[in-house]
Amino acid sequence: MPQNTYDAIVVGAGHNGLTNATYLARSGLKVLLLERNPWIGGAAVSREIEKGWTYSNCSYVCSLLRPEIFRDLELARHGLQVVPYGGGVTLTSRGDILGSYADHELKRREFARHNAHDGDAYDRYSTEVMRQCKFIRPLLLRTPPDPTSLRPRDIREMIFLSKEFRKLGEQVIYDTIRFYSMSIADYLGEFFESDLIKAALSGSGIIGTALGPYSPGTAYVLLHHYMGDVDGSIGSWGFARGGMGAVSKALASAFKSFGGEIVTDADVVRVLVSGNRVTGVACANGNEYRAKTVVSNLDPKRTFTKLFDPRDLNADFVKRARNFKIRGSSGKLNIALDGLPEFPALGKDNPLRFGDMHFLESLAQVERAYDDWKNGTWSKLPYLDLLIPSMTDPTMTPAGKHWMSVFVQYVPSTIQGKPWTDEDRNGFKNTVLDMIGRYSPNFKSLVRHVEVRTPDIIENEVGLTDGNIFQGDLSLDQMLFNRPFPGFAQYRGPKKGFYLCGSGTHPGGGVMAAPGANAAREILHDLRRPNLVPEGWHDD
Amino acid sequence: MTDAKHVIVIGAGHNGLACAAYLAKAGRRVTVLEAAGQVGGAAVTREFAPGFRVSACAHFSYLLDARIAKELELARHGLATARADLRTVSLQPADEHLVLNGGTVEAGRVNEADRAALAAHHAAMLKFARVLGRQHHRIPPRLLGGGRSNAIGAALLAWDIRRLGRDDMREFLRVAGINIFDIVEESFESPALKAALAFDAVLGTNLSPRANNSMLALLHRLSGQASGTAGGVSLPAGGMGAVSEAFAKAATAAGATLRLSAPVKQIALNGDRVAGVVLESGETLAADVVVSNADPKRTLLELLGARHLETGFVHRIRHFRTKGMAAKLHLALDSLPGFPRLPAALAGERLVIAPDLVYLEHAFDAAKYGETSPQPALEISIPTVHDRTLAPAGKHVLSAVVQYAPYVAEASTDAARAQLLENTLNVLESYAPGIRGKVLASQLLLPADLEREFRLTGGHWHHGELALDQMLMLRPVPGAAQYAMPVDGLYLCGAGTHPGGGVMGCAGRNAAQAVLRAERA
Repeated sequence: MPQNTYDAIVVGAGHNGLTNATYLARSGLKVLLLERNPWIGGAAVSREIEKGWTYSNCSYVCSLLRPEIFRDLELARHGLQVVPYGGGVTLTSRGDILGSYADHELKRREFARHNAHDGDAYDRYSTEVMRQCKFIRPLLLRTPPDPTSLRPRDIREMIFLSKEFRKLGEQVIYDTIRFYSMSIADYLGEFFESDLIKAALSGSGIIGTALGPYSPGTAYVLLHHYMGDVDGSIGSWGFARGGMGAVSKALASAFKSFGGEIVTDADVVRVLVSGNRVTGVACANGNEYRAKTVVSNLDPKRTFTKLFDPRDLNADFVKRARNFKIRGSSGKLNIALDGLPEFPALGKDNPLRFGDMHFLESLAQVERAYDDWKNGTWSKLPYLDLLIPSMTDPTMTPAGKHWMSVFVQYVPSTIQGKPWTDEDRNGFKNTVLDMIGRYSPNFKSLVRHVEVRTPDIIENEVGLTDGNIFQGDLSLDQMLFNRPFPGFAQYRGPKKGFYLCGSGTHPGGGVMAAPGANAAREILHDLRRPNLVPEGWHDD
Repeated sequence: MTDAKHVIVIGAGHNGLACAAYLAKAGRRVTVLEAAGQVGGAAVTREFAPGFRVSACAHFSYLLDARIAKELELARHGLATARADLRTVSLQPADEHLVLNGGTVEAGRVNEADRAALAAHHAAMLKFARVLGRQHHRIPPRLLGGGRSNAIGAALLAWDIRRLGRDDMREFLRVAGINIFDIVEESFESPALKAALAFDAVLGTNLSPRANNSMLALLHRLSGQASGTAGGVSLPAGGMGAVSEAFAKAATAAGATLRLSAPVKQIALNGDRVAGVVLESGETLAADVVVSNADPKRTLLELLGARHLETGFVHRIRHFRTKGMAAKLHLALDSLPGFPRLPAALAGERLVIAPDLVYLEHAFDAAKYGETSPQPALEISIPTVHDRTLAPAGKHVLSAVVQYAPYVAEASTDAARAQLLENTLNVLESYAPGIRGKVLASQLLLPADLEREFRLTGGHWHHGELALDQMLMLRPVPGAAQYAMPVDGLYLCGAGTHPGGGVMGCAGRNAAQAVLRAERA
């Protein structure tokens, strides 16, 4: 094979690009993985910004990573270790707390402490959500069927889906349809009375989503945050030891073990097309690489509006790509601390302090935070998901020091249509620091360095259009066989030999690795090579 | 006569009357019991000030089913149209008003690209709406079980989507579950046009343009016809009450007995089967079958009683979303209001005040926290331009749907009503300067008022929100979407069942079929 010629080129070394490339390499193909940044990992990355501190700069906790892939690619052997953090807590301005224990019985009692009825409701709620998790989990590692197609593969898959559906039983089928289209507020309202409990649970319905808790469609987003697991404990979340970059590192190690090649600082600017098929890619520095298979880990909008010459694509398709909904609504602060902040409401020894912390009062507070976003500014009382991973993983900071990760919802990609200024960013930072300071008196005095991550920064650095953390909104029109666009949900692009493998494809965002694996299955199918990608298994 | 089964229909709304007419035509002995002193339920014409009459709840006809109108000979029973094919005029605060006629822009500052996009959008919406329209005459299938007729029903539904063809089917599956905001943002540039189209999708709903499900509400709205125009809007002569009266005449002509001012207190059971009803007056009426035109919550939780139902079912019924968000304004006017830059000939069209998407969104934002919209969006009809029977000579009636008006507790309705009236008149004054001076009398009905006046739980004029999780086989709730309730002999026939709200008549007709089908089984 001549130099610079490969069997397959994967553009973008995010966790899905890495997963995809690994499966292709494992199949014996000569695979090149190109990454624009000097480092790999996309949004699953650990970097040292403040000397001595390692931040998970973007994604910060792990649960969705498919266990089938974790085992199949032997990621543990390649160095990945996920430590569950077990629960979390919501602090209110009145000094009360609502503990979210990993243990079901403890959590039920905690809910009952706030509202006797809601304790019982929690039993019903967790049963129903678990039922939905068990329904969706086996579907994550499958290629969505095209409902308009009569090809045997699609028909077989439709039959499989309808069988899975029938297994639920009639009433649960109805519940499932309702669940996928309701607002998280309405859904929680069917179980709980306490506004605080509803507010605390609503968080999973809005993270990363440009919708408020009152907006229909947010109940599904909740499922998207519940359907993962750590070591088989469904709905649990954990820290990757060494930060989320450890996931990418382990995948890269697996990729290299199969002979894969990674080139960083390789900014792909054009997918080369000849007639109806792709022939390779061109980089900003003039380097060209050839392959009959090109896979993009970039989001669908960026892929089709930036990497392709519009003349190579059909106008309707370009319109589809331009209209792909990928709205930035989240930001993040990574904070280096000189010591451990105290949260008096929580107490020094409360085990909940190892988990995620929220500051909430009511559903209306979260909805008003969304109103601010709609009006083109960051939330004045944002929803925060705050963790101190260094309490669990001391490798992240110097001894006695800590790193705090603060996820912030809602943050727009522009301020009233104008680009973020330094002043805006400072205002945003202070909004968040002040909010934490209200619950932790010594917090501000411990702050040593703050990395402010607004959607525009995330877009510039990671490449996610508008800074959308899921590579595209998780709404009904962009799910399953509609993701990213109707007719293109089976990972194939509009040109022969071109594929998508990022979170912009089914089953969507989160550090899941499922889109990358599913895309690899389709590529191997097209190349008439044996399938190596696991198809998902049922939980016991 | 005495051998025929006796059916009692609770409520003489248009659906109750349609159901009664079909059952009477099929030879059943039918008694319709209406609590109010006139027929019509929420499709009614009432005097709200001396000499001034108005369609007191619904004020346009856009879904009346053509097949039912023909089968029940509504025209022979007096139904006439005062004006067909109303245009939509979206009033602009400072610009040329936007005049829409179906997919055509007749006036307004709209560029060529938008005009072409509107024609395509309108055609696509009608095509998708027809998929829903085809379900109007069908009893929704259960998704599992229920035997052969259900399997056929489910197959027909799938086929209706399938036959759109590959591209349209894909587009239908993409847009059906989402929001109007994204759709208009994808296709149009003109803020006025976007808002005018978005308003149609949120009218009468508890949704903002950004809320998912609003596309479905729009498709529902377009799924019928008026005076032969698909997706059209018309004004019946004599107001919406005239539609109900035609239904009532059809029912009585078919042999049904109609009793007004006969409120039902309770549905009586014999064992676990319906035995009849007890009236507020204490009178007991025996029946083999009871069909309720009242909303599902009122029927099952109040008239029947939760104790006769299984817990899970009651739980579902309780969570059927019935909170209304639309208020109704009626003004008696001394003379026709003047809208600057609007030709007088257009004053009787369907006037809309929703100048841009942010305006609509902000109107909703206040209401979602239970507050009054500072600047509500309005759908206005001045029926007296076309129909002189509704007001004294020279005078006029203005009827408007006001959005958004949250359902508030009884105690605070007076303050909320005064506030919303003031806000609404201020908006009207800014579009029709001097209108406040012409107001002889006014009436504003909040959702709580609609609840009381028309016995609609929650004050939702579709009996319940029209959303993906409350449509077709999920309306009103799974297990009750085939009109038959879990108690033998009890049926629902109102807008709370498939195919939902709007003065259509299909729920009544389908319920009658369900009753007849059960007899045969």
